[in-house]
Amino acid sequence: MNFLAPIGRVFIGFLVATGRLVAFAAVSVSHCVRPPLYGRSIGRQMIQIGYFSLPVVGLTAIFTGMVLALQSYTGFARLNAESAIATVVVLTMTRELGPVLAGLMVAGRVGAAIAAEIGTMRVTEQIDALATLSTDPYKYLIVPRLIAGVVTLPILVLIADIIGVFGGYVVSVHSLDFNAANYLKLTWQFLEPLDVITGLVKAAVFGFLVTLMGCYHGFHSRGGAQGVGAAATNAVVSASVLILAANYMITTAFFGT
Amino acid sequence: MTRTASESKIELRGLKKSFGAKTVLDGVDLRVGAGESVVVIGGSGSGKSVMLKCVLGLLWPDAGSIHIDGADVTALTGRARQAHTEKIGMLFQSGALFDSLKVWENVAFALRSQSAMPKRQARDVALAKLAQVGLAADVAELSPSELSGGMQKRVALARAIATDPEIVFFDEPTAGLDPILGDIINRLIVDCVRHLGASAVSITHDMTSARKIADRIAMLHEGRIVWDGPAADIESSGNAFVDQFIHGRAEGPIGMAVRR
Ligand SMILES: Nc1ncnc2c1ncn2[C@@H]1O[C@H](COP(=O)(O)OP(=O)(O)O)[C@@H](O)[C@H]1O
Ligand SMILES: [Mg+2]
Repeated sequence: MNFLAPIGRVFIGFLVATGRLVAFAAVSVSHCVRPPLYGRSIGRQMIQIGYFSLPVVGLTAIFTGMVLALQSYTGFARLNAESAIATVVVLTMTRELGPVLAGLMVAGRVGAAIAAEIGTMRVTEQIDALATLSTDPYKYLIVPRLIAGVVTLPILVLIADIIGVFGGYVVSVHSLDFNAANYLKLTWQFLEPLDVITGLVKAAVFGFLVTLMGCYHGFHSRGGAQGVGAAATNAVVSASVLILAANYMITTAFFGT
Repeated sequence: MTRTASESKIELRGLKKSFGAKTVLDGVDLRVGAGESVVVIGGSGSGKSVMLKCVLGLLWPDAGSIHIDGADVTALTGRARQAHTEKIGMLFQSGALFDSLKVWENVAFALRSQSAMPKRQARDVALAKLAQVGLAADVAELSPSELSGGMQKRVALARAIATDPEIVFFDEPTAGLDPILGDIINRLIVDCVRHLGASAVSITHDMTSARKIADRIAMLHEGRIVWDGPAADIESSGNAFVDQFIHGRAEGPIGMAVRR
C-alpha cells in the first residue's frame, strides 16, 4: 500500500486548481488591455461595486475608528502617552484596517453577488448564448467587474480612512476630553504619504482579488442552484483568505526588513 | 418541403467528444445540405446538445472534423472561427435569454454586437422579428422573467433569427410547451427556415414536431448516428432503434442498452 498516493493526489489537485485560476486571471487581464471595452458596463459595475458598498464600508470604518481610540487610550493612558492615540488611529486605519476591513466587507457583499450572477448565467446557458452572439464573455462580463473592483476599492478605502479617523476624533474629543484642534494636529503630525499610498495599493489588489474570485467561481460553476450556491460561498471564502495573505505580503514588501 | 441539397452546408465527420471517462459522441457523421431542415432525434442525455455545441465552438471535439461551407472549423481559432459561427443562429434548450436586459435588447443583441447597428434601427428590427413570432410591441420593454415559458421560447426564437443567419439550430424548441403552443412554434420554425432560406438542424424528442419540420431525420444513439433518411421514410425505416423511439416503447434494443 502506498501511503503517499493520497497526499500526492491532494497536492496535484491543488496545483491543477491553482493553474486554472492563474490561467483564468491571465486571460482576463489580457482582455482588459485589448479593445473593445464595454464602457457602459464598466460604469454600471462601478456603481454596483463601489457606490452601493459605501454604507457598509462607512459603518465599518466609523465603529473601527471609535473602538481604536478607546482601546489605545486604555493602553497609552497607563504610560502617560495619550498624545499617541491620534497617531495610532490614523496609521492603523490607513495602513491596515481601512483596506483590510473594506476588502473583507466588499468580499462578502460583492464577491458573492458576482459569483451568483455569473454562475446563474453559466448554468442557464446565458454565457454560451453570449458567445454565439459574437460577444466575448470575458470582455462583456469579467473585464467590467475587474476594472470596477480595481478602480473603486481605493476610492472606498480613502473614504473609509477619513471616516475612521473621524470616528476616532469624535470619541477622543467627546469621551476622552481631548482638545479638538490638538487632536487634529497630532493626526497630521506623523502621517506620511506612504502610509496612505500603501493602503490604496492594498485596496486595488483586494479589489482585483474580490472581483476575480467572484468571476472565477461563477464562471466555472455547474450543476444548477446548488452549484451556484457553492460558487458564491467559495468566492467569499477564497477572496477573504487571499486578502489576508496578500495583506501580509504587501506589508512585507513595503515595510519589511 | 423536401429539396435536393447538392452542396453541403455543414458536414460532421467522425466527431468524438468525451467528458472524463464518459464518451458522449463516438464518431458522429452527419451532413446538412444548403436549405435543408434536418431533425436529430435521440434519447435524453444521448449527446444531441453536445453535438450542436461542438459545431458552435462552445465545446472542443476530441477528434473528427466539422466543415461549414467547406471549411474545417476545428482547424480555425479566434476571428476566423467566429466568422463561421456568426452564420449560425442558436435557439438554446433553456432559452438562455439575458435576464439583465429587456426583451427587445435580447433580440437586438447580435445586431448590435455583430453589425454595430445603431440602437434605434436595431430596435426596429427587433420589433419586426418579435412581430414575426407573434409578439406585440408592448412585450418589447418587459424583462424576460416577466414572460410565460411559451413567450420566452418565442423571444429566444426571435433572437436566434434576428441577424437572418444562414444556419439555425433549434435545441428542443417545443419541449415543455402545451401541444397547441408547440404547433405554433413548429410553424414558426418552418416559416423562418423557408423565409430565410436557411439550413436548419433541430433537436427534439417530439415526433409530431419532427414530422412537421424535418426534410430529413437522423437518430443519435450511443454516440453515433444509427439511422439517417428522408422524414417520409421514418415509419418504414426497418431500424429497431428508430422503431422503438418513434413508438415510445419501453421494450427494445435501447432499453437493453440502458440496462447493460
Ligand atoms: N460540459 C459538460 N461537462 C460534463 N459532462 C457534460 C457536459 N455537457 C454535457 N455533458 C454530459 O453529456 C451527456 C449528453 O448531454 P446532452 O448533449 O446535453 O444530452 P441531450 O442529448 O439530452 O441534449 C450528458 O450525460 C451530460 O451529463
Ligand atoms: Mg439537450
